[in-house]
This record gives sequence, C-alpha cells and structure tokens, in this order.
Amino acid sequence: MILFGLSGTNLVGLAFLLLFVVFMLVFAFLTRKRPAYNLREIPVFRRLGHAIGLAVEAGTRLHLTLGNGNLSGTQGASAVIGLTILERIARTASISDRPPIATSGDGSLGVLSQDVLYNAFRSIGASNLYKPAGGQVSGLTPFSYAAGTLPAIFDEHVSTTILSGHFGSEVALITDASDRTGALTLAGTEDLPAQAVLYAAAQEPLIGEELFAAGAYLNAGPLHTASLRTQDVLRWVLILAILLGSILKFFQII
Amino acid sequence: MKIWATIWAAITISIGLIVLVGYFIELPILSVVKQVLLQWSIPIAAVALLVGIANLFTVHWRKASGGQKNSIYSALLIFSLLATVVVTGFFGPTAPWSLWIFNYIQIPVEASLMAILAVALALAAVRLLRKRLNLFSAIFLATGVLMLLGTAPLFGITLPGFHGPFGVRAMIAQIPAVAGARGILLGVALGSVATGLRILMGVDRPYRG
Repeated sequence: MILFGLSGTNLVGLAFLLLFVVFMLVFAFLTRKRPAYNLREIPVFRRLGHAIGLAVEAGTRLHLTLGNGNLSGTQGASAVIGLTILERIARTASISDRPPIATSGDGSLGVLSQDVLYNAFRSIGASNLYKPAGGQVSGLTPFSYAAGTLPAIFDEHVSTTILSGHFGSEVALITDASDRTGALTLAGTEDLPAQAVLYAAAQEPLIGEELFAAGAYLNAGPLHTASLRTQDVLRWVLILAILLGSILKFFQII
Repeated sequence: MKIWATIWAAITISIGLIVLVGYFIELPILSVVKQVLLQWSIPIAAVALLVGIANLFTVHWRKASGGQKNSIYSALLIFSLLATVVVTGFFGPTAPWSLWIFNYIQIPVEASLMAILAVALALAAVRLLRKRLNLFSAIFLATGVLMLLGTAPLFGITLPGFHGPFGVRAMIAQIPAVAGARGILLGVALGSVATGLRILMGVDRPYRG
C-alpha cells in the first residue's frame, strides 16, 4: 500500500525517526536545568577529563585519531563523534604549550579536523596560535593510515591517545605504539572486529554504543544528553518489538 | 563570520532533509533532486581525497625541510609519493611500471604490517591479562583460544569436537557471538541515528566556517 508516496516499510521508518526527534525534544525540555543528571558513570570519560587536565599541566599533547571511515557512509557517525570529542578537548587544552593534534585516514575528515581545531582556537581568542598541521591526514589506506599515525604518537610528546572513528584490526598497531610510549589509550569505534581488538589492546575501551554517549558526558549540550536518553528508551522499545515478534512467530500468528 | 556559520548550517540541513525525505517518500521530483545531490557528493569526495594528499604532502614537507626528528622518513614518503604520481600519471595506472610499484612495494609492505599486526594482537592479549584481569577478560581470552583451536589445526592435529557444523567453534560463532553482535549493532544503529538527527537539527556542526 502506498499512501502519499509512502510505502508501509518507509512509513514505519519515517515514524520511527519522527518519534526519535519528539523524544529528543521532550527530554531536552524536561532536563533543561540539569541535563547530565542521573547518567551512569563510564570510566573512560572520567579518565579523559583527568587526562586533559594532566596534559595542560605537564605540557604534553593530546592526540585524537579519527579513523579511516568515509563520512558519507555508515561509518561516518563515529567519526562525527570523534570531531565532537576533538572540539571539547581542543577548547580546554588549546591553551597548553602543546595543543592537541588530530590524525585521520580520510581527506574530508582531515579538512573537518582542521576546521574544528581552528574554531576551538578562535572561540578562546587565540586563532593566531592555530597551526594547520594540527589536523593531519596520515594515510589513505587502512595500513598506511595506521603506519602514518605512529610518528604522531612517537614524536609529538603525546600523553593520551584517543581513538574515535572507524577502524579495522590494524588499530592494534596504533594502540601498541601508544602503549610503548606509556601514553593512556582511550578508544571507541562502531566496527565490531575493531571493538574486539580494542577491548584487548586499549587501556580504556568504549564498548558498543558507549562511544555515541561522548557528547553527553563531555557537556556538548542538552540535546546530546537528550539523544542519549532517547536511545535508551527506544532500545527498550526495539527489544520489546523483537521479543513480541519472536513470540508471535513462535505461535505461528505471523 | 556568524552569518556564514548560519548559511552553512542552513545549506547542510536543507540538503540533508531533502535526501532523507527523498529516501522515504517516493515522489518523482524528490527522487530526481536526491539523485542529483548524491551525484554531487562523488566529485566532492574526490576533491577531499586530493586535499588529503595535499595535507599529507605539506605535513611531511614541513617535517623534512625543518630537519625534525625522523625527517628521513618524511623525505622518503615525499619521494615515494612523487615517484608514484609521475609513474602512474605518465604511463597510466595499469601500465607494467605502475603495477610493479603496486605488486613489489605496496603489497609486500602491507603484508609485513599484517605480520606485525599478528604479533601486536598476541601481545595485546597477554597485556590484557596483566592490565585488566577480571572475569570478562578471562572469558574474552578463553573464547579467542577456543576459536583459534577450532579454526586452524594444532601442529597438524585436528582436535575432536572443535570443527564441523556442531563443533565448539561453530557453536560459539553461531549462537553467543551472533547474539552479542546483534545487541551491539542495535546500540550502534541507534547511536548513528541520533548523530545523524543532531546534524540535521544543527546541533553537531563540524563544518562551521
């Protein structure tokens, strides 16, 4: 059945998105005074806060690597989260002797990381301190990207490496380098095999969708917290729908 | 500057909304506009790739010319980049010299990195025992060992009960691994939807000018 150019499946999809937006707006309104209230603790974000403070005090550098995902694909969301994290840490740590650097394995991510860094410097009135080399493209294939990221870790006095974006199993080369320099490694990705690698290789791995909670935990704005609460609610809706579907299928009703 | 930020946001949000609505609502005009916008993204992505190469060149040129630590590697990268551009640009990407670079330099280098990766992963597993020794780490490592034993014969000996459709490997891969993966993917999908919607609402703006 097609209604106003909408087929049945598309109607469900569109309704789901609209429901998502409505929940986000409702949660943003309800929790506008205390957006971060009642969020469960994720140790990675607590350690990230400490790492930023430590880097500024000790004059070391924070390094964020955004992976080699394509922004126009399904891998783009985790890289966008990486850019949000970059913006938050750059705003705090740009006053440091060694401001944060970002590496990536995709041209558009490289451009965006430079833009984010420039805006962070401009927002604190220090745009003259901005250096385009702060946002680097380190390689354009998965292995060349991983290999090109290693000099940033070894040569730039990095005390913390944050990995946020799309990675493959080659991410172990980056975490190994970070481990060998004694740097703290915080990592999250949407890719399942890379999550398994990071669980073993990173000091603080983000499991599953925890990466997408970064904005809420780094105080990026009330809508970040609202979208996190919406994800929690809609996850339960989906779980119930799956269970209901399984029961109906089991009794051969559908 | 603020007016430009608003203009970029308006352009991004409108294009995003047109593509999204065109995905759900099957109207001919929307379909055409969506296709045109998606086709525009191809040359834009290609330009971004060129910008990425220019960025890579600039960063390493600065390192090599400034005599920074390990600048020899940067010089080598610039030389390799220029040599590859000249050879493939002059002879074409499928010419014997271009394929020689691919087959005798790039593939062996990437294969070597793959070999190093195997060692790095084994080392990470050992470090996990030292850094985070808990029940979940133990389950993680035990599962990894069982999967390895079920995937490859141990010194030529095939262990009974590990292989085949009802072996330990297949049981782990088909039941708990799939269940866990689906749970994680569900969360990742919701997170991706939330990120996309925040961009459409102008909350996340990594592009602001």
